[in-house]
Amino acid sequence: MIQVSGLRKSFGGKPVLSGVDLAVGQGESLCVIGQSGTGKSVLLKCILGLTQPDAGQILWQGRPLDRRTRPAFMARFGMLFQGAALFDSLTVWQNVAFRLRQRMPDAQARAVAIEKLARVGLGPETADLMPAELSGGMAKRAGLARAIADDPAVIFFDEPTTGLDPIRARRINDLIRGIVTETGATAITITHDMDSVRAIGDRVALLQDGRIAWEGQVPAMDHAAPLAGFLGNTPPL
Amino acid sequence: MNPVRLIGRAALSLTRGIGAVTLFTLRGLFRLRPFHGRAFGAQLVQIGWLSLPVVGLTALFTGAALALQIHSGGARFQASDVVPAIVAIGMVRELGPVLGGLMVAARVASSIAAEIGTMKVTEQIDALVTLSTDPMRWLVTPRLWAAVLTVPVLVGVGDIIGIMGGWLVGTQSLGFNSTAYLANTSAYLERWDVVSGLLKGAVFGLIVAVCGCWFGIHSGRGAAGVGRATKSAVVAAAVGILAANFVLTGLFFE
Ligand SMILES: Nc1ncnc2c1ncn2[C@@H]1O[C@H](COP(=O)(O)OP(=O)(O)O)[C@@H](O)[C@H]1O
Ligand SMILES: [Mg+2]
Repeated sequence: MIQVSGLRKSFGGKPVLSGVDLAVGQGESLCVIGQSGTGKSVLLKCILGLTQPDAGQILWQGRPLDRRTRPAFMARFGMLFQGAALFDSLTVWQNVAFRLRQRMPDAQARAVAIEKLARVGLGPETADLMPAELSGGMAKRAGLARAIADDPAVIFFDEPTTGLDPIRARRINDLIRGIVTETGATAITITHDMDSVRAIGDRVALLQDGRIAWEGQVPAMDHAAPLAGFLGNTPPL
Repeated sequence: MNPVRLIGRAALSLTRGIGAVTLFTLRGLFRLRPFHGRAFGAQLVQIGWLSLPVVGLTALFTGAALALQIHSGGARFQASDVVPAIVAIGMVRELGPVLGGLMVAARVASSIAAEIGTMKVTEQIDALVTLSTDPMRWLVTPRLWAAVLTVPVLVGVGDIIGIMGGWLVGTQSLGFNSTAYLANTSAYLERWDVVSGLLKGAVFGLIVAVCGCWFGIHSGRGAAGVGRATKSAVVAAAVGILAANFVLTGLFFE
């Protein structure tokens, strides 16, 4: 469904991505892991057109994602940002209903927003708070509600559990798994949390030195030598 | 390095910068569909309404001080009765728009740059794109139009308050007769004096909003990046206003 090939990007002469090849199938949940600063977020931003890649191709349903095809892609897309990225001039429900309010009356959009907030475990009393009044975990949830508010076909999660304590992290993982299974959405999750990978992913890819160094099904990763450093166990001989 | 090459490079980057800002301004002003009415309304309040106190106070004290200056300066050539006319012309043509514009630059260019810069570094601008919303239309267009439309109104209000400041000083401490002062003001003030000042206000409003939006959107990463963006926006807006004032004054009155 989404296919990336030969993706290259450098910043000021410093290569970050040097030939990334990656594919996600319809309804599949792919986790991309890698150390901090290896270019995981840059990879997502290139797919979204927020960063212009130096070279490479990005296909969506077999066609290149460009100026003409991207609006249709974005219309069925949702993303949870690393810092939640809620609009701090709008209330929580206005954030969640951001897309909906552009085509339906406020009362109706608000009702949907409250329903989506409930889906991520936030009560209706949070609807009228400002994002600055939320804790980190609540902001992540609200960001998740905004990402799924318009029933996207493709969802990206950028480090969904970073900065959360283990209990909240597990809850977010379970939420994401539930949402991805329930909606049948295609998902790409960026993380360096192996618990997230086990909870969320069908398949996993390791980004290292600007390339995909290993790729396979989640159950296979325990035996994969390139992942040993990540899993904290010694590589099998 | 070779000085000729250095100058060439500077000229190139200056030209490129002017081109980019011009394009940014035109896109911000004229790509109106879809128009985000709510965001525009919020900016009318932020940029226009909430700037009234600071612009009003500036005008009041400027008009009052101007009356004192003209009175004492005019005494040197037995012309201290020109106070009402000079205060009115000085306020309406020059000091109202320039000082009002500078106060708006301090208040609005900084807050626009800080707000948009913070949105950029916290990925809120990227989030807009993922929600199928163009940041130019959502953030820039409402601010540019709100500034272009409200700053002339602010200038107009400032003109009136400034003239009243002069009138207060004139009647309370310089011994002018109130009716005569006001009659003198309206006798010497021409329509073009007022209109030219309001036009200056519209241009200064545009300069302020463009500087705020441009430096906000091109803010560097982190808190330091936002700080630099804010500073650059205020400096550029203030210098831009003074330079544009010189050019416009030449255009209007030469
Ligand atoms: N807009 C940018 N300008 C310059 N360098 C950038 C930019 N975005 C990312 N980088 C650099 O690219 C590298 C990868 O960043 P990122 O994708 O955010 O890492 P991560 O894998 O932790 O998400 C980092 O070294 C970062 O400094
Ligand atoms: Mg990242």
